[in-house]
Amino acid sequence: MTKSPVRIDIALALLALLCAGLSLGIGPAQLGASRVLAALIGKGDPVATTIVWQLRLPRALLALLVGAMLGGAGAALQGYLRNPLADPGVLGTSTTAALGAVLALYYGFAALSPLTLPLFAIMGAVAGLMPLLFAARSEGPLALILAGIAIGTAASAGISLALNFAPNPFAAVEIMTWLMGSLADRSMLHVWLVLPCVAVGIGLVLLEGRALDALTLGEEGATALGVDLKRTQTLLLIAVAIGVGGTVAVSGVIGFVGLAVPHLVRPFTDRRPSSLLVPSMLGGAALLAAADAVVRTVPTLEEPRLGVVTALIGVPIFLHQLVRARRQW
Amino acid sequence: MVRLDNLSVTLGGRQVVAGISTELTGGLIGLVGPNGAGKSSLVRAIAGLVPSEGTILIDGKRALPLRERARRIAYLPQGQAVFWPVTVERLVALGRLPHLAPFERPADTDHAAIERALTRTDLLDLRDRSIDELSGGERARVLLARALAVEAPLLLADEPLAALDPAHQIEVMQLLRAEAARGAAVIAVLHDLTLAARWCDRLLLMDKGQLVADGAPREVLTAERIDAVYGVSAFIGEAEGEPLIVPLPHH
Repeated sequence: MTKSPVRIDIALALLALLCAGLSLGIGPAQLGASRVLAALIGKGDPVATTIVWQLRLPRALLALLVGAMLGGAGAALQGYLRNPLADPGVLGTSTTAALGAVLALYYGFAALSPLTLPLFAIMGAVAGLMPLLFAARSEGPLALILAGIAIGTAASAGISLALNFAPNPFAAVEIMTWLMGSLADRSMLHVWLVLPCVAVGIGLVLLEGRALDALTLGEEGATALGVDLKRTQTLLLIAVAIGVGGTVAVSGVIGFVGLAVPHLVRPFTDRRPSSLLVPSMLGGAALLAAADAVVRTVPTLEEPRLGVVTALIGVPIFLHQLVRARRQW
Repeated sequence: MVRLDNLSVTLGGRQVVAGISTELTGGLIGLVGPNGAGKSSLVRAIAGLVPSEGTILIDGKRALPLRERARRIAYLPQGQAVFWPVTVERLVALGRLPHLAPFERPADTDHAAIERALTRTDLLDLRDRSIDELSGGERARVLLARALAVEAPLLLADEPLAALDPAHQIEVMQLLRAEAARGAAVIAVLHDLTLAARWCDRLLLMDKGQLVADGAPREVLTAERIDAVYGVSAFIGEAEGEPLIVPLPHH
């Protein structure tokens, strides 16, 4: 019963570390592996140390954290809603967090301090959570999805409104590019900001793993197995709002990871929702670290946006698997 | 073991179970009655899935915490819904969840209970098969094994025979009987009156939310009662010493 998929966990963890390692070696400055390694262990020259510690390491760590949270949230929501189409966007959290960030950009608060924008995003996510918790009090997951879609739509409308009324074209472009997601120019400050959010999000998701397994038998089946569904729902909502809200705060909206990664790793698990959680986190971390390495190697004037590249990398793999396997979920 | 005292269930402003009092001590107990009589609601109230008024005493205790209740009452829901294509063994293992704390690993007792459930339902050969590769009859057995794996003193089965062919119906009834013989109280919601009369030790007949008869199958299922409750005539005979009940349209 406990044949845990340790091998896939190790393989994915190594893959994520490899991608993050590659990401450390990539950048406009050609450093070479030995200089990067030396800088990492604190024995590098000043230039390499500055570049690695202040530019590349935060980026690599953020890719791992954000990817892990998005993958884990996607797997948890698919299990909870018993729907392979679910992703963190389905509850509207990414959008409300984005709206918070857009407001910070629109009113110029973002210029005050590098922390203002992420804080606004987290406030947006939490504000979006309140009506969800209220909707969740009465009915089950269906009410939750519908409420999430409604909240997400309202938040999108708010974002459109901000673009619509943008004081000048530069503000509109700034908002647009931020929305597409990026990890460029982030610092350790962002890592410290998102770390607690991701820790809370991932911790709560893992805590509810057994409840997700029980939901394989439907809500009544799970309740009869002693699962307190109200508690599970509340904890997962909080996990997604804080975790995903935190990631949007530092990276912008990065779609597709939460939807696709659980599908990508599912064939390597025993398909219990709980056995999918850790592989999805590790897979998400690997995918995002890889995508963030790719955006820096493409020889274009402007760095391609991360959200765009995750989709470009992920969609072919996703479709290939969908076509090859009769049923993967 | 379970005592109901004036138990009522109100759903959507309508009282679907109206003041039922009885004791469920042991054996295979069939719960029969027409559609909408309140059978499922009664079973779900006992399992703690719908709110109820009145008293449900489980082993003399009222209002047990969820997990504690789940350890004492195994519930086999209507239908065969399984949302992810897990293996037979993984699905049966879910029956041990009430016995495990959040991050606790299953102990030897849990593995033993899973083996027993698989053995009793003759699923050892299918244990590694995916649930979506099985036939309806096999699936029914797997879901029953999942409920057996709880090893609860009370097993509630809501229409365990629905959508099964005669051979699988008999197979499930035999499994429920065996469970009752092992000392559990088994309550099964049934529609086939012949099967109910043939296999159950005791029948509860419900109509319009009330318990209209309670006793040995032959006493409960009389032609007059079947007429009054179901609105059909019934031929009641015997085949090879076993009761045979054939509903007939009114003339």
